[in-house]
Amino acid sequence: MSEEYKVKVEHLTKYFGDLHVLDDVSFNIKKGEFLCVVGPTGCGKTTFLNLLTRIYMPTKGELYIDGERADPKKHNLSVVFQEPSAMPWLTVEKNLRFGMEIKKLAKDEIDRRVLNMIKLLGLEQFRDRYPHQLSMSTAQRIIIGRAFAMQPDLLLMDEPYGQMDIKLRFYLEDEVIRLWKEMGTTVVFITHNIEEAVYLAERVLILTNKPAKIREEVNVDIPRPRKVSDPEFVKIRNHVTEQIRWW
Amino acid sequence: MSESPNVMTNEERVAYVQSKRKQTQLRDTMLALIGVMFFFLVWEAVVLTGLVDSKKLCSVLEVFKLFIVKFSDPNPDGALLLVNVWSSLLIALSGFGLAIVIGVPLGWLMGWYKGFDAFMRPIFEIIRPIPPVSWIPLSIVWMGIGLKAKSFIVFFAAFVPCLINSYTGIRQTKEVLKNVGITFGASNFTVFWKVGIPSSLTMAFAGIKVAIGNAWATLVAAEMLAASSGLGYMILMGRSYGRVDLVILGIVVIGLLGVVISALISKCEDFFMGWKRL
Ligand SMILES: Nc1ncnc2c1ncn2[C@@H]1O[C@H](COP(=O)(O)OP(=O)(O)OP(=O)(O)O)[C@@H](O)[C@H]1O
Ligand SMILES: [Mg+2]
Repeated sequence: MSEEYKVKVEHLTKYFGDLHVLDDVSFNIKKGEFLCVVGPTGCGKTTFLNLLTRIYMPTKGELYIDGERADPKKHNLSVVFQEPSAMPWLTVEKNLRFGMEIKKLAKDEIDRRVLNMIKLLGLEQFRDRYPHQLSMSTAQRIIIGRAFAMQPDLLLMDEPYGQMDIKLRFYLEDEVIRLWKEMGTTVVFITHNIEEAVYLAERVLILTNKPAKIREEVNVDIPRPRKVSDPEFVKIRNHVTEQIRWW
Repeated sequence: MSESPNVMTNEERVAYVQSKRKQTQLRDTMLALIGVMFFFLVWEAVVLTGLVDSKKLCSVLEVFKLFIVKFSDPNPDGALLLVNVWSSLLIALSGFGLAIVIGVPLGWLMGWYKGFDAFMRPIFEIIRPIPPVSWIPLSIVWMGIGLKAKSFIVFFAAFVPCLINSYTGIRQTKEVLKNVGITFGASNFTVFWKVGIPSSLTMAFAGIKVAIGNAWATLVAAEMLAASSGLGYMILMGRSYGRVDLVILGIVVIGLLGVVISALISKCEDFFMGWKRL
């Protein structure tokens, strides 16, 4: 039973003082699933992620990863935070190494993966630069590379492509799909962009306004690569848009 | 090619920018030199025209002459200039060094570990407002007028800014950067070491710079009260012998040493914080 679910969320409730953010939310995420979470601004998407990584503790309810209470020390998870989170005192290359060094991977393994990421994300010319010397979208690529390089079995992304121009976003959307397929990673992807959600997800979780509940779960059964002009795609996208608007 | 930068090739443009930068550097250096010269000229003029009594201010040249003479003549205070400099430096650097070695890590630990903060804070809050100079009598009683006593006083003067700044610096570590470490499974100590300390360095260095100023100021005060050599002592002797030139020489040397030490700290800072400059 617990085997097939990567994440189980049971009666998750969170208050910040008097502010009621999450209200008795329960759902599961299957192993290897690609889940997108959408919802109105400030509804508690980031809060959910922070509860999953134990940055905050739930007020009520519990989260399980692989059947155990969530704990980043135990699980191999990577987070792409919403805010810029490259270490300003480390070069691009050292930033990419950061997570793997914490996990104490072998040096040649780190070298190999870093090289791979640098190529994948087109960061060759920025290798020895510092984050503040880069554009927002380039800096964000470091963070995505840092998360991918961990080859996590649970990848949590909080509006990772918000800062990027369309071309890079499309490229990285396909890249995250590739990574997900290659490694069987479970992905939780938070976004404001409904088209992005429908393009990526196997399932879209729509949250209501704060205090957030699950408004609806939408399965997206469109074969890949998906086309945004496909009538099926447009139908689902419009449906999700409606659901967010009608609160 | 034409004069206008619009139609330059890339290499030409780089060369153009570099030569521009060189020019500005040269200009700034010249201006700095002129500024210093101007200061000395005004000083000399004030003395020569008799605007100020020569008992109160001596001429630049006299100070310079004394500077040379004091390399080989221990009179009137009883020690060569270099001996005085060395004796002062030894005290300043030992007290200051100790303040860094103890104050900065203590600030980090207090800033990071809440329990340790609760334990140390009351003691620190009591020590903090005590003017360093007020330790002088006690330290004389405890340790006489030697190196140890004065190092101790200098230590207190430099310790407080070192601690406060590294404390504040590590406290200001961005939450999201800590969370990056935490979500990669790092222990609290690893996050402290790999995220907290690096992100506090800017503040810590600012504290160290304040500390060296404090150390120097306190040192001279300490030497005026209890010493048998050192720059503060030399100044004091100058006063009691009515030798303005000696007093001024002491002041100038202290100023110059301050500049040199600050420059060394900046070099150090560049080494650790080079990324900020780029
Ligand atoms: N640490 C905190 N303390 C108090 N209130 C908080 C805290 N973190 C978040 N909140 C509040 O909880 C609510 C949900 O915030 P959250 O960041 O989870 O929203 P979000 O869905 O991620 O929004 P966005 O779409 O803007 O990213 C907001 O009203 C926010 O002000
Ligand atoms: Mg958010």
